[in-house]
Amino acid sequence: MTEIVVISRLVPDLVEELEIAPNGKALDLAWLRLIINEFDNHAIEQAVILKEKIGANVTVISLEAEGVEDMLFTTAAKGADRLIKLTGLDEEAKPTNQSLAQSLAELLKEINPDLILTGVQAHDDLTGDLGPQIAEFLDLPYVGYISGVSVDGPLAKTFKEYPGGLLAEMEISLPAVLGIQASEQPPRYVAISKVRQMMSTASIEEQAIGDLDVEGDFVIDRMYLPEATEKAEMLEGSEEEIAAQLTSILQDLGLL
Amino acid sequence: MDVSVSSPLQNFTYDFNQSLFDIPDGENIQACLQCASCSGVCPFGFAMDFPPGRMIAWMRAGILDEMLQSDSLWMCVSCYACTEICPKEIPVTQALMTRAKEEALLAGNVPAELQSALEFSQQYSNPLGESSRKRAAWTEELDFEVPIARKEKRPFEYLWFVGDYASYHPRVKKVSQVVAQIFHVLGFDFCILGPDEHSDGDSQRLAGERGLFEMLAEKNAKMLSRCDFKEIITTDPHAYNALKNEYPRLGFEYPVRHYTEVLLENLDKLTPLLKETDSLRVAYHDPCYLGRVNKIYDAPRQLIQAVPGLELVEMAHNRTTSLCCGGGGGGMWLDGFRWEKAESRLSEWRVREAVAVEADILAVACPYEPPRFEDATKNIPGAENILVKDIAELIFDAMNK
Repeated sequence: MTEIVVISRLVPDLVEELEIAPNGKALDLAWLRLIINEFDNHAIEQAVILKEKIGANVTVISLEAEGVEDMLFTTAAKGADRLIKLTGLDEEAKPTNQSLAQSLAELLKEINPDLILTGVQAHDDLTGDLGPQIAEFLDLPYVGYISGVSVDGPLAKTFKEYPGGLLAEMEISLPAVLGIQASEQPPRYVAISKVRQMMSTASIEEQAIGDLDVEGDFVIDRMYLPEATEKAEMLEGSEEEIAAQLTSILQDLGLL
Repeated sequence: MDVSVSSPLQNFTYDFNQSLFDIPDGENIQACLQCASCSGVCPFGFAMDFPPGRMIAWMRAGILDEMLQSDSLWMCVSCYACTEICPKEIPVTQALMTRAKEEALLAGNVPAELQSALEFSQQYSNPLGESSRKRAAWTEELDFEVPIARKEKRPFEYLWFVGDYASYHPRVKKVSQVVAQIFHVLGFDFCILGPDEHSDGDSQRLAGERGLFEMLAEKNAKMLSRCDFKEIITTDPHAYNALKNEYPRLGFEYPVRHYTEVLLENLDKLTPLLKETDSLRVAYHDPCYLGRVNKIYDAPRQLIQAVPGLELVEMAHNRTTSLCCGGGGGGMWLDGFRWEKAESRLSEWRVREAVAVEADILAVACPYEPPRFEDATKNIPGAENILVKDIAELIFDAMNK
């Protein structure tokens, strides 16, 4: 049976205002509320859709964090078969994608999946290199910005989004790592009663993450809110005065 | 009768039918006369593949499973018009329609618009997707402090259960601020739960998400158990209904009254504060869950009549026949979906009735209504000058004339 692993992450919920920690190098975790990374939610949906179509075994892996159990049980209610929580993380230091990918590689080799899906990026990680890093450590092919996958024997057919509204159809040989932009259907809703049922019947395996190899990781010097600079010139006066000033500025710049 | 029990879908109809008997008076469904009054009185019956009467007929025929694939269930506004009219006293809304939505939801048939409101209710304890920590932010503009029960740690006379839209919606927040000022002027010893308040869950329940309703009820009960109060006042008929009729079934019982009842009780204190207002015709819209479901018809009317200058007029549908604003049964989160199906809005139907009786003001007593009816007045010819006001706003205006 096709073996699918989804790597999912919890990210800061932007409904709450974000604050910088006293050390000035990270978000303040005290007031942070966490929510599933939207792209990872699509990756989970895509995995469940594949399971319904071809009968796969779906494992969801996530890092230990507040609310991760609820998130994992919700994926079980959607159809995930195996839930793994990675424990033993240093709460202060969020692992970089490189060190996380390296430590995940060991676990993934044991599971030996045909497909590894993860969100193409996260809103606290726009570089989006978790998928490529995992692929590198496992020596597997990677395609990102995927919005639809079908599996046919040893091959996966994927739809990859390009800027400008272009869509490419690509074939990729399995096993492979895919960065999911969107599942082919929006993530489904599962009734709370089903999630609660999973809380009493499903189990979450714990896996110690081991010591992270942080060599080569980047280091955050300072985290701060965007700062106002002196470069903006505010035009004041009535609408007509502002329009006149704007016209003369544009003329001075040679744009009119 | 030759009924095969091998098909899981036939089991669905049987199991569904049996489940109705667990609901109070559910057995009355066996007495259905097929008179179709329910389907006829339903404000969206014309747009349904399965209006209630037909659902019962198909259930009797053992083929109701087709309903699970139909999206017409989501047209039901849970307004109790069917329940009110049924000659055999079948709990059509509570048993048949709500149970049917629960089954559709469990089968994964959920309109996308509704899905996000349910997810928000789960994540933030309000369907609007606002920060639960900012639930009391509407009080910040007042020039006095509204006590938050957990911070004050003292007994209060009243605990005011504010509700979702009254806490967050920009139009309805104004009503909450007015209510707070009236309570303050009357010297009420009241508090709110603030960030500890969760959605009452009534509309989520009526949209078929029973598990979510129970989860929210448990969270509210936990918070309420930490506060010392004599009675709950609520401005929201759905919160009122949940606290009065639904929470007790889960083992959580509180004395609760709608604010119109409490203000009416204080009319002797209120009357000297009310100044003569302009001479205006006021049409009162009975909210479904204040009127039909909980039989509170007179307190709101008596309050309107207590304001000097206001003349109460009745629209074509009033009291037991009142028309839903369209926000019930998950309707607050299904506007696009329902427009697509029916190409009509119940709020506009209602506003046409207010135009017909030459009302200056459409008075309401439910937080779903001010934004719905205000939008409708912009679309209906002749309604341009109709003001939509909560009864609390009418009273407050007269106090500050």
